[in-house]
Parts: sequence; structure tokens; C-alpha cells
Amino acid sequence: MSMTRRIPWMKYASASSFYPLANRLVPIFMGLAIVLAVIGLYVGFFVAPIDYQQGNSYRIMFLHVPAAWMSMFIYLLLAVYAIISLVWRVKMADIMAYSLAPTGAMFTFLALLTGALWGRPTWGTYWIWDARLTSELLLLFLYLGYMGLYSAIPDRQRASRAASFLAIVGVVNVPIIYFSVVWWNTLHQGSSFSVSDGASMTSDMLSALLLMTFACWAYAIAVVLRRAQAVILERKKVALWASQISRKKES
Amino acid sequence: MGIGEFFHMGGHGFYIWGSYGTALFLMIVEATWVAKRRNKAKKELERMEAEFARVDNQGMNR
Repeated sequence: MSMTRRIPWMKYASASSFYPLANRLVPIFMGLAIVLAVIGLYVGFFVAPIDYQQGNSYRIMFLHVPAAWMSMFIYLLLAVYAIISLVWRVKMADIMAYSLAPTGAMFTFLALLTGALWGRPTWGTYWIWDARLTSELLLLFLYLGYMGLYSAIPDRQRASRAASFLAIVGVVNVPIIYFSVVWWNTLHQGSSFSVSDGASMTSDMLSALLLMTFACWAYAIAVVLRRAQAVILERKKVALWASQISRKKES
Repeated sequence: MGIGEFFHMGGHGFYIWGSYGTALFLMIVEATWVAKRRNKAKKELERMEAEFARVDNQGMNR
């Protein structure tokens, strides 16, 4: 008797090729994240000059801006996977959407927290209900809503569908966050990363910002792939259990 | 620039290190969590497969 079980392996066809690939990618991206962050922090703290207006507090930018970018990018990615999962019922897409959410929520929280800690010495306040800050807070609630809805509904397919639907509807919030500083009079400054009038920062600041952004990407890839692996195994476990029960009933 | 001066950050130390410290903490926690979750699921699945295979073999021998 072979170890192979009569469970629908085909349903996990893409998952079974994803799993060993993720095994190889996770350490690479985690290592990359550490190296990039170390170099980025070195440039950000020891090479980039002090800001003549803000003093040293501007160095929070090297964390705040990547975290805010990640919060939006990850949400868009989550929504794309949610669409694929909802329309084509691709299991791996659902696993990816599900695995992206906690990391996206973490980056959103970081963007809000670092923004508050940057706002205090710069604006004199931790928080203000302006369009940029409020829409970013809404993004955190969208992530938490997705995760909450997913875990609140016992039937996994229904949970996935409801949560995916919420994620897709919530996408309208992303352009609102992004353009809020243009559309409304916000206390939050506009992008300091514009191409049109030349970057309004030195090249050292820009390098530190980009290095930290790539570090955050590498980190997110590593953690999300690892979580997706966990979810694949957890779902395989449920499928194996179900197949065993149905076999017992047959005999 | 001395070490104390570096951590003081011209009076902005609390805001800067509060930001970076929280980020480092959250990322270490999240990375550890997902690794543990994967390893736990892997062990449980392997145990389950072994158990079911054993039950199957017993059935075959009878």
C-alpha cells in the first residue's frame, strides 16, 4: 500500500508546485531584506544629511514612506487575487489573498504609527482627521475587516467569497489615499518623490528611501510566501481528514 | 558625533527610535509567527499521513 491517499491532489496542483518554490525563495528574500535594510539604514542615518527645516525627525521618512507604499500595493495585490479567486475559483489565488492581508495590515499600522510619531515634532500633533490620515486608517479597517470576515464565517468557501468581495469593494479607497493630498487641502505634505519638479530631496535621501522600499518588499515576499505555505498545509490537513472520514463511511 | 548624541537625534530620538523600534519588533514577531505556523502545520500533516497509512496497512493485513 503506497502512502498516496485518495484525496483530490489535482485541486492542489498549483499549490504542490508552489510549495517547493516558496521553500527556495523565502530564505533568499529574507536575506535580501536584511542586507537591503542594513545598507538603507546606514545611508539613511550616516550618509544622508540632516534636514535644514525638520532636523533629524525627517529620517522617519525612510520607514514611513515605504510602509505607506507597501500598505497600498499589498492591498491592490490582495484585491487582484481576490478577483481571480472569486471569478475563476483558483485556490492558490485565494491562499495568496488570505496570506497577504496580515502583512498588509502590519504595514498599514506602521505607516499610521510612524506618521503619528513624525507628525508630532513636525506638525505639533500626533493625529488629525485630514483626508490622507483618515483614508489610511480606513485601509487598516479594510484589512481587519477582510481578515475578520474570513475567520468569522465557518464555511471556508463562503468566507472566502464574502471576504474577497469586501476586498474588491474596498479598492476604491486606494486612489483616495494616494490622491488625497492633491484633491483636498491636507496637513499631510504632498509627495516628496515627484519626477516633474525634480526630487525635492538629496540623492542620498533618495537612495536610502529606495533601499528601504526594496527591503520592505523583500520582507513582505518572504513572510507572505511562508504564510501561504502554512495555509496550504493546513488545508491539506482538512482535506486528508475529510477523505479519511468518507472512506470510513464507505467501508 | 558621540553615541549619546546619535541616540538623542537632536531631541527627536523618541520619535525616530519609537518608529524604527516598533517596526523591527513587529517584523520579528510576524516572521517568527509565520515560521512557527508553517512548521506546526507540517508536523501535524506528517503525523496524520503516517497515522492513516498505519491504519490502512492494518486493514490490508487482516
